[in-house]
Amino acid sequence: MAAMAVALRGLGGRFRWRTQAVAGGGRGAARGAAAGQRDYDLLVIGGGSGGLACAKEAAQLGRKVAVVDYVEPSPQGTRWGLGGTCVNVGCIPKKLMHQAALLGGLIQDAPHYGWEVAQPVPHDWRKMAEAVQNHVKSLNWGHRVQLQDRKVKYFNIKASFVDEHTVCGVAKGGKEILLSADHIIIATGGRPRYPTHIEGALEYGITSDDIFWLKESPGKTLVVGASYVALECAGFLTGIGLDTTVMIRSIPLRGFDQQMSSMVIEHMASHGTQFLRGCAPSRVRKLPDGHLQVTWEDCTTGKEDTGTFDTVLWAIGRVPDTRSLNLEKAGVDTSPDTQKILVDSREGTSVPHIYAIGDVVEGRPELTPTAIMAGRLLVQRLFGGSSDLMDYDNVPTTVFTPLEYGCVGLSEEEAVARHGQEHVEVYHAHYKPLEFTVAGRDASQCYVKMVCLREPPQLVLGLHFLGPNAGEVTQGFALGIKCGASYAQVMRTVGIHPTCSEEVVKLRISKRSGLDPTVTGC
Amino acid sequence: VEQSPPQSPGPGKAGDAPNRRSGHVRGARVLSPPGRRARLSSPGPSSSSEAREELRRRLRGLIERSRVMIFSKSYCPHSTRVKELFSSLGVECNVLELDQVDDGAKVQEVLSEITNQKTVPNVFVNKVHVGGCDQTFQAYQSGLLQKLLQEDSAYDYDLIIVGGGSGGLSCAKEAAILGKKVMVLDFVVPSPQGTSWGLGGTCVNVGCIPKKLMHQAALLGQALCDSRKFGWEYNQQVKHNWETMTKAIQNHISSLNWGYRLSLREKAVAYVNSYGEFVEHHKIKATNKKGQETYYTAAQFVIATGERPRYLGIQGDKEYCITSDDLFSLPYCPGKTLVVGASYVALECAGFLAGFGLDVTVMVRSILLRGFDQEMAEKVGSYMEQHGVKFLRKFIPVMIQQLEKGSPGKLKVLAKSTEGTETIEGVYNTVLLAIGRDSCTRKMGLEKIGVKINEKSGKIPVNDVEQTSVPYVYAVGDVSEGKPELTPVAIQSGKLLARRLFGASLEKCDYINVPTTVFTPLEYGCCGLAEEKAIEVYKKENLEIYHTLFWPLEWTVAGRENNTCYAKIICNKLDHDRVIGFHILGPNAGEVTQGFAAAMKCGLTKQLLDDTIGIHPTCGEVFTTLEITKSSGLDITQKGCG
Repeated sequence: MAAMAVALRGLGGRFRWRTQAVAGGGRGAARGAAAGQRDYDLLVIGGGSGGLACAKEAAQLGRKVAVVDYVEPSPQGTRWGLGGTCVNVGCIPKKLMHQAALLGGLIQDAPHYGWEVAQPVPHDWRKMAEAVQNHVKSLNWGHRVQLQDRKVKYFNIKASFVDEHTVCGVAKGGKEILLSADHIIIATGGRPRYPTHIEGALEYGITSDDIFWLKESPGKTLVVGASYVALECAGFLTGIGLDTTVMIRSIPLRGFDQQMSSMVIEHMASHGTQFLRGCAPSRVRKLPDGHLQVTWEDCTTGKEDTGTFDTVLWAIGRVPDTRSLNLEKAGVDTSPDTQKILVDSREGTSVPHIYAIGDVVEGRPELTPTAIMAGRLLVQRLFGGSSDLMDYDNVPTTVFTPLEYGCVGLSEEEAVARHGQEHVEVYHAHYKPLEFTVAGRDASQCYVKMVCLREPPQLVLGLHFLGPNAGEVTQGFALGIKCGASYAQVMRTVGIHPTCSEEVVKLRISKRSGLDPTVTGC
Repeated sequence: VEQSPPQSPGPGKAGDAPNRRSGHVRGARVLSPPGRRARLSSPGPSSSSEAREELRRRLRGLIERSRVMIFSKSYCPHSTRVKELFSSLGVECNVLELDQVDDGAKVQEVLSEITNQKTVPNVFVNKVHVGGCDQTFQAYQSGLLQKLLQEDSAYDYDLIIVGGGSGGLSCAKEAAILGKKVMVLDFVVPSPQGTSWGLGGTCVNVGCIPKKLMHQAALLGQALCDSRKFGWEYNQQVKHNWETMTKAIQNHISSLNWGYRLSLREKAVAYVNSYGEFVEHHKIKATNKKGQETYYTAAQFVIATGERPRYLGIQGDKEYCITSDDLFSLPYCPGKTLVVGASYVALECAGFLAGFGLDVTVMVRSILLRGFDQEMAEKVGSYMEQHGVKFLRKFIPVMIQQLEKGSPGKLKVLAKSTEGTETIEGVYNTVLLAIGRDSCTRKMGLEKIGVKINEKSGKIPVNDVEQTSVPYVYAVGDVSEGKPELTPVAIQSGKLLARRLFGASLEKCDYINVPTTVFTPLEYGCCGLAEEKAIEVYKKENLEIYHTLFWPLEWTVAGRENNTCYAKIICNKLDHDRVIGFHILGPNAGEVTQGFAAAMKCGLTKQLLDDTIGIHPTCGEVFTTLEITKSSGLDITQKGCG
């Protein structure tokens, strides 16, 4: 693979002019964008985490770069600035709203620790939303300044391919512009899926594209879906005191470890989020008083039921933003099932000089840091003489539900599927964070498990951590797993006392032993 | 002696196996060469390691079955002397002449693993490792040898542990699990202010546990401020009630004390709330609160008595000052407080007291957090200063006077400059001394059985199997010399000691790359070497230091300061840019540091950091995108956003 990458770099790098001359003479003549005359060395379509990382990296390597970005307003009319999903309608606002909800919990803890705060403390959505939105806007601005500083040309236009080297962009006012480039990277990401077959879904429902930009509190909310987006949103809405229900048709957090997933749900349920399991919505109607009446079906009994809500939030998955790109004009192949772009291990599409990274790509983890790293490595291969490929194994992630869930590596079921039950050893513990004791919090779902190979030295395959600050806890261990850590090595690591993360280095009880995994005392 | 962070030993040679530090552990695997995505080669016990295991069992058997076992070489004059000694005592010995058996060299290797002694003769009496020729003769002269020879499990206990703290309890429980008859002696001598507490030692009663809870209380004060920015609405004036907090914390501690007693009982460990003092070999006197004395004997002993706060030795200090022994159960709010000292205890206490809104001053003789990375220490201090803690640098108190009695009263402190003749005076409600800790080793009869202590520090020198100068006496935790003073270290070393003594294990406690965290208002987590130590050991030109300032996402909306949190790693250029020092100043530093410490155990390199994907948005992810080297001199401040 490395050899192949080197060979390709040779074509794109050292012999760039010659190969382009051939390509230009052959096919690129239509728009006059022949070799050496194209507008840019690199054109990036999509100004999200991955796209911007590519653009900045290429500019740093001295290339002439343009980024085109355009946010199609959501069906509810929400739109935002530069930076993509993560910054505007993803990680950033959700973690801030999660933090708002956590602070609500801390306010309840405070009296136990001697702070005289009269309870209950009300929450003002408008104030939070404004603060979050202002921060996001400052980030939008920051991204634009960064592009400017690095002399990356930025176009706020909606792009579609004209041919394999040329893209047509339409600006807000309808003005068209043609851009040509030697290399093109598609990084348009994805948008929430609407269940368009459900009556009223599109008219009355919102998605994660809208929730963070609401000026007024969503009020009593029905969240439909069991993705991490659904659970995170339901979690913070509950946390800031809203009546929140989650409707799940089948399993929560598909693709994640199922024991952990069910504990996440258990924790949410015991903290006020209501769940409608095994149910699927069939229609949404607006009542004369403005409330939304949702009708759903219990999938096992077939019985219908209804409920009224102020807001219905669809979080049933995401679709790639590829439809308006006219990919067929350039000859870029997509998956017929998912419409995602098909790429090889060097992020190359079916067209040699067109690449794709981030959520728009088939089979990649939909995570900001993955897109950023993949983008940077791609550009380093294109323009920096590197041959390093992106390693998509052991990507750590964290679900910011009220009790956070951090994981890296294989889930227990995946480990068993790959290695067989008899070759897998799972060490686990129920623990109580020290801060929970004085606050009188329930720690039933604070749990950690490490999935290892059973044969010495018991290579660590996966780590799963449910508890406060799971993201912070997981990051370092992700490094350990990357280093090929064994169970023995993790156990030889001295703990940091008193923290939650020390529970990981104190895991002694295997599931196989059947012993009680509850941690007692120090 | 103030706490020092863990430190690595001397420099490693370039090209050493990445996990060379774990070479003593059975089945230790070898990592593939450092660099990208290292994966271990497939394991599987080799026949040589099996053979070694078999040899080890054979030697154990010899040692356990023989009243006297001598590993000797037929031509060695020292071995001959020892043999003659036992023969003169009329004692029959089992002798293995290493030069006359085929696997003599192997035996010697395994012996050195078991005993940490490479030479012959290597003498065991009734399973106790006595040592070489000199030690055997010393033991003979002190009467110990005769005592050991008499021993036919005529002792009351297999193991008596003096000190019921983290290290002692873990050792006791492990030994009991291995079927031994174990006793724990624990007695808390009240502080000069009369504070005393239950079972569990410093960490549980007057250390980690209450301090982290008070730290959490202070963090909650900050969270309350933040929460308004996140939309929570309540009365601006929030007061802190010391009594409510302290009562809640003390309740939690009582439940832990109770839990320890219960778990000792469950494991059939005898617990005696008495003060232990050695009276002769293998015999200890236990004195209870009422002054009643009881005598117990045991085959082996572990000293785990820990340390207590030091006093200044100036007029008024013991009468009027408190220490960390008193603070956490103080029945009244300390009010305006002077903290004397710059240890992590001093800074942590000053930090949370200021967090409750108290007027706090720290008096520092010389530097902050001695032994820790000084750049980090100064940043810890300056954050505290920005958040209302006052620092009086280069002063030491010379006299404490009481102006008014009360809860709290009023104290006048006279201090003088360490540099000139300047003196200053201040009035405080409370003076908290946190100038270091002294080992509890001087009043326990150690001299009666010949256990050597460092006369200056009071600490007990031990070898790498925690053995003192007297073969059957061991020491773990804060009393042992040159070891990190940390609860998890004591727990680990106590447990491993019990397994070596009674479980035929060979695993030694690994004191390398021990991570720790200082719970100051802005937490500081570290693992490995401080920058100055790294420079001293490896030379500046062989190091590359990567660093950055960062702004936690949660701080942005809260309107907290940018360019304050800081991350730094120190890499050894001669060894594949291996990470030899890890430092982070920021929220949840402890939670962040732990995993990186595990990664450092596995030979973490800069390349691996770069190859690892971050978890977004967290603070920990900052280590996966470190680009700026200190040597480049480039600006690391974060401008605006993103």
